[in-house]
Amino acid sequence: MLDGRAALKRRLPPRLLLSSIWLGLLVIMAVFAPYLAPKDPLAQDLMLGRLPPFWVKGAEPGFFLGTDSLGRDVLSRILYGSRLALMVALIAGTLTCLIGATLGLMAGYLRGWVDLLISRGIDIWMAFPPVLFSILLIAVLGPGISSIIIAIVVIDWTRFARVIRAEAMAQGAMDYVASAQVSGRGRLSTMVAEILPNVLPTIVVLLTLEMGIAVIVEAILSFVNLSISTDDPTWGGMISEGRTSIHQAWWVLVFPLITLFLTVLSFSQLGEGLKDRYDPVLR
Amino acid sequence: MQLLRSVLIRLGTTAITLIGVAVIVFFVIRVVPGNPIAMMLPPGATEADVARLTALYGLDKSIPQQFLIWVSGVLQGDFGTSITTKQPVLALILSRLPATLELSIMALVIAVVIGGGMALTGTRLRGTKTEAVIDVSNGMALSVPDFLWGLFLILIFGVLVPVFHISGRVTPSLQLPFSTNFYLFESVFRLRFDLWLDIVSHMFMPALALAIPLAAIIGQLLKQSLKETMHLDYVTLARTKGYSENHVILREALPNAILPTLTLVGVQFTFLIGGTVIIERLFSYEGLGNMAIDAVINRDLPLIQGIVILFAVIFTAVNLVVDLCYAALNPRLRHA
Repeated sequence: MLDGRAALKRRLPPRLLLSSIWLGLLVIMAVFAPYLAPKDPLAQDLMLGRLPPFWVKGAEPGFFLGTDSLGRDVLSRILYGSRLALMVALIAGTLTCLIGATLGLMAGYLRGWVDLLISRGIDIWMAFPPVLFSILLIAVLGPGISSIIIAIVVIDWTRFARVIRAEAMAQGAMDYVASAQVSGRGRLSTMVAEILPNVLPTIVVLLTLEMGIAVIVEAILSFVNLSISTDDPTWGGMISEGRTSIHQAWWVLVFPLITLFLTVLSFSQLGEGLKDRYDPVLR
Repeated sequence: MQLLRSVLIRLGTTAITLIGVAVIVFFVIRVVPGNPIAMMLPPGATEADVARLTALYGLDKSIPQQFLIWVSGVLQGDFGTSITTKQPVLALILSRLPATLELSIMALVIAVVIGGGMALTGTRLRGTKTEAVIDVSNGMALSVPDFLWGLFLILIFGVLVPVFHISGRVTPSLQLPFSTNFYLFESVFRLRFDLWLDIVSHMFMPALALAIPLAAIIGQLLKQSLKETMHLDYVTLARTKGYSENHVILREALPNAILPTLTLVGVQFTFLIGGTVIIERLFSYEGLGNMAIDAVINRDLPLIQGIVILFAVIFTAVNLVVDLCYAALNPRLRHA
């Protein structure tokens, strides 16, 4: 008890603090995008194309981070782009976690033919090149946010299943599980009431890491022009446009790239920080 | 006998994996919306034209029938004909495979050099500020995927300080005397170092982008194993015998610490090869991955199928080799 309180009082490690601050800011950006964005993210004005950010000569007031080749405001598009990024991170991350962890738990604890089936599935999945597989899935499902989410879930469930399966197997061999079974608990109830709480810290860490991966996958799919309609503001779409006009307008690439970098880094550092602090298994 | 049996079992599961991949990819791409045949005909083509071409590519038969035809072709080395280029799929894939293999191997070498160097430097200078810097940069490099490193490299070395090429595989105006598509190897073989330099300056950026996350993994794991090994008695003994610290690390600790890293590198190498798909796209590098994305965009079903299967074969082959090497190197596993 005392130990727990001491741990709470201990100062947060800087990487947990910094990554939480950035992700918190991002949530505010996403939620209040309509109030924060100085311009309409879709408004085009070819007269105002490729304006530089405010400190460079030739900038126009009002376009803080400059404009892209169609005259759309970079800052406003980044703000609106955070909505799609966070939505994909939360929904795809959570669904992947639910499905992957459930399958991993079943394979690791129930063993037998359930394990055989799931393990073989994992082997087959690991033989697919993930980026190509996701691009293929989007081609099948058609563009749109729900397609991105389905593609991420279909491809990434193995990340959870592999780790949780091994972990559930290790837990299942422990004495407390045997004593729960002796005391008359059923298999399913043992799995949910005894094993699950003990692998939960691992699941939370993996979930945080998965959210970062989901953001990257969404950016890659937008980069290949397959995620959602090309007009809608996405970080990956902006990066794709910035890559082609890199010698004329570096800011179209740099600002969304920095935003994406900080977001991915934050999810990953948050996960690693949580792992060091709370998860005895993955550590 | 034990070893032989486990090898056979391993080969069996590998076969099941490949069959699983073939079945899944075949049926997934059959539900791709958009008619590839209608896309390849010029406007004004009649219904009869479409039907004739559909029959030519065997797309008028039922899906299980198509699968059987395709499988029997594959077993005879015939992967079908690409719909967009009208060339045999196998020839197309083989023309692009060398580019991707060279890129992956170059990335692997860079990763081993950087990662190994970081681990050794960190071990040699343990307890100093340099070690802390190495740890932090490893952590950063691990957190961010190759796609983002590629974009940063394009900005820094392609635009800010333009020292490397950031698109293509070789300068298009150059005359290439090559008879294979292994440009990098063949330029060395033919002693054409002018061409070699041009090829390397094209490949270095994408290879480095692929290498950075792997280098970080190698650096972290090798440093961890070295740290554990350095505490063992025999290392202390070598030190009391008066060997230099460099000798102790390189000759005494490293050979024992390297095994876990070797097996990890094998597994991570497959992730690296999977990463070439988007990195090739990013750097407009004419490899397999770039061709695969175009194939998806053009709905070139036979080509997509062939490329995915080839990737799966490469992945499972790498994993198989790693497992066998591990079993051969680690006597404890041979009789387990």
